[in-house]
Amino acid sequence: MIVPAPGKQVGRSMPRLEARAKVSGRAEYTHTMRLPGMLTAKIFRSTVSHARIKSIDVTAARALPGVFGVYTGEDVRRVIPDPYYGPAFHDQPILALNKVHYIGEPVAVVLAADPHVADQAVQLIAADYQELPAVFDEIEAADDKVLVHEELKPASTFADLKHLKGRKGTNCALDFKLRRGDADKAFASAAHVFEHTFKTQKVLHLAFEPLVSVADYKDDGVTIYTASQGPSFVRTEIARLLGWPENRVRIKVPYLGGGYGSKLYIKMEALAVALSMLSRAPVKVALTIEEVFYTITKHPSTFRIKTGLDKDGHIVARQCTIWWNGGAYADIGPRVTQKSGFTACGPYDIDNVSIDSYALYTNLPPAGALRGFGIPQLVWSYESHTDMIARALRVDALEFRKKNLLRDGRPQATGTIVKDAAIEKVLDCIAERLNWKTPFDRGSGTLKRGRGLAIGLKAVISPTTSVAIVNIAGDGSVTVYCSTIDMGQGSDTAMAQIVGEVLNMAAETIRIVPRDTDVTPYDMGTLGSRSLFHMGHAVRIAAEDAKAKIMALAHEVGEPEGSNVALGELFRKKYGMQAGNIVGTGSYKPDYVPPDIATGLTPNATPFWMTAGSGAEVEVDTETGQLRILRLINVADVGNPINPKIVETQLSGAALMQLGFTLFEKMHIDAGQVTNASLADYKIPGIHDVPVMENETIEAWQSNGPFGAKGVGELATFGVSPAIANAIDDAVGVRLTELPLTAEAIFRALRTNAGIPLQDA
Amino acid sequence: MITRTINFTLNGRPVSAEIAPHHNLVEMLQSQFALTGARESCGQGLCGCCTVLVDGKPVSGCLYLAAFTDGSDVVTIEHLGGPNALDPVQEAFIENGAFQCGYCTPGFILMAKALLDNHPQPNDDQIKDYLSGNLCRCGAYPEIVNAVKMAARKKKAGWTG
Repeated sequence: MIVPAPGKQVGRSMPRLEARAKVSGRAEYTHTMRLPGMLTAKIFRSTVSHARIKSIDVTAARALPGVFGVYTGEDVRRVIPDPYYGPAFHDQPILALNKVHYIGEPVAVVLAADPHVADQAVQLIAADYQELPAVFDEIEAADDKVLVHEELKPASTFADLKHLKGRKGTNCALDFKLRRGDADKAFASAAHVFEHTFKTQKVLHLAFEPLVSVADYKDDGVTIYTASQGPSFVRTEIARLLGWPENRVRIKVPYLGGGYGSKLYIKMEALAVALSMLSRAPVKVALTIEEVFYTITKHPSTFRIKTGLDKDGHIVARQCTIWWNGGAYADIGPRVTQKSGFTACGPYDIDNVSIDSYALYTNLPPAGALRGFGIPQLVWSYESHTDMIARALRVDALEFRKKNLLRDGRPQATGTIVKDAAIEKVLDCIAERLNWKTPFDRGSGTLKRGRGLAIGLKAVISPTTSVAIVNIAGDGSVTVYCSTIDMGQGSDTAMAQIVGEVLNMAAETIRIVPRDTDVTPYDMGTLGSRSLFHMGHAVRIAAEDAKAKIMALAHEVGEPEGSNVALGELFRKKYGMQAGNIVGTGSYKPDYVPPDIATGLTPNATPFWMTAGSGAEVEVDTETGQLRILRLINVADVGNPINPKIVETQLSGAALMQLGFTLFEKMHIDAGQVTNASLADYKIPGIHDVPVMENETIEAWQSNGPFGAKGVGELATFGVSPAIANAIDDAVGVRLTELPLTAEAIFRALRTNAGIPLQDA
Repeated sequence: MITRTINFTLNGRPVSAEIAPHHNLVEMLQSQFALTGARESCGQGLCGCCTVLVDGKPVSGCLYLAAFTDGSDVVTIEHLGGPNALDPVQEAFIENGAFQCGYCTPGFILMAKALLDNHPQPNDDQIKDYLSGNLCRCGAYPEIVNAVKMAARKKKAGWTG
């Protein structure tokens, strides 16, 4: 084995620490885990959108040979009296109680040693429902004519959701409001006013390792092996459900087969625990890909945006109204609604802003966070809108943006001053890559070409906490304990590089212990591009703490100042043999001022800004509507990259994921029933869908970041959809306002433009 | 449950297994041989996460009945490379950063190996053709294509492992 050299660790494109385990098939995932004596759970799901449960007949299922047991919500209540969970609201029952709220909701469970037997028994369960009216559309839900829940049950987990109080007679789980300046007055005196409405469809994460949890309950404690992006939250929530202190709940997380937001907060863990309590055996709840479609998705949205401009084309006012379709359970929707609401008016310098962002319950599978926490839906809308304005005013789309761009030192809509956000550099880089100023080949005949660009801004979610431990053993080898989950973004490698930089050690020699809440300390969650910044700081501080202790030890054993004696030698001098530890600790929580409830304003909305955009060149076949992406350029302000290669693949991967959401991904829903819940019917990007793609990083030092770094995982999702829609408009003069941008949608728009619209299918 | 005993070669060693007719290859590998590199994801033979080589041919282990392996030669990702050296395809995947979460990676590597066995110097179309049955939700496709090309170069240069 080649021993890597110490020295500069930050900025090295070293391979991932776990690379060898992954290419040899030996990396551990919860989905392939088995415990001795384990039972497998299979779930019986609701076939109606909204109903009272009259009865559930489990007799035939229970009688099937090989079935260990069949359980309903009432059985769960015997072991967990108040079985409602969730990060924002305690609204989701472990198994349906009294009512079902969407098609696919878990109603009963069969346990068997043989999963095939459990599957077969599920088919023998029958439920009788008294159906109730259901609501599926977010705008209709806002009318409160059909209520999904009779009463709202807010949690108090997050400091920034404190103000959520129990409400009755509403589907609105959160209404975030921001009022800056006087938008009404500015609109009244504006030279031009534009208003458009945009929609996004329901899509989902589709991590290839489906949701899975294994629980092993004992009277003195429970161990949960789970594919989770947030073991600390799972621990807190399970402890709350059981009425236990946290130290009796142990959460272990190996590598994740993808996450993208689907494995956040609490998913199958509570069900696995309840079933392990009821059966007194280890229980595995492993969903199929089909079941994931009924478990967690991305918010569909409707965004009405109105902009007022003066005669010179300066934006003087913007009004944003966003309705988020959260499905039947809130999950993290209220936080998506609020946090994305901060930047709903885009990366522009606007004095008069009015934002209303509504989280709505509907009778659909729940929606949560998906790689951007709502930002991709917003950028899609405001950047399409921006181009439509530029087009209507006959001004250059780039110049129009530059005229109105938000720049460092200026207050963003929340009132927080923008700092270290390379918005203009990102925009200029996209334009340069597109050769924006030079003439462009517009195609010929029925193949028309166009180009477009788009840029987005996000305020990273705050306030959140990360804690880390750096442990140096008697031989000088270093182990890092942190609860950040490596789900493919390379966080283990980045953390090792940061610790290695502080301790002057090769990152390859540093071990990151697998996540286990018995040993790895608190972390709010691996989400929202927060880990590199927050946990990066925590491990840096822990390493600096350890370094200070090394120096104290050197002094104690009589080493002269500046001595570089090997670490192991220090321990030997102190303990007389290879023994002892040095333990450094670090925790990090940035400053934050919660937004004023009435105005949404705050002097400190976020510890760092994220900005990125895309440029696209497309070709449209006017005879068929077929769209070809000729070039997709993704540019992001990535701070100081800790590992440039991993950063680049994060940009590339995020852009490809968003390309799927842009061009073809859509959950088809018929009266509440998902009709394409499989990879056979729901297309995701494959190797033939990869366009010519260029990823460019703007390295802009994040002054308060660990070694100037900031998070990048979500960045390249921001601009893809509107850049392509803008390019389509440029090519053939049609404007699509709803995703996905399919050939059919383009063709219909072309025919409508030509005055010969197609009949509805 | 009716079971039967099958005999086959698994990663170079003769083995036998007690299986039921409805058991698929992934189930058998995981439950009887503790080999977890082939993983079920879509369960429909569409994503390639469960790819296994049977008599040198890549199959989707989630659809391929375990019974069919009776008398055959089965190779899983765990058989590639050795304790001190990786297969050139594995090396190339690491050097190109051709994976993120790693869940689909064994399938891509086995499919790439099958490609290079049949087309030692593949062009882009051949690479995409072979790998079109493997999906990567992290979107590492550009790096995967580069990795396959590098693996071909490594093999041509006489990698001996």
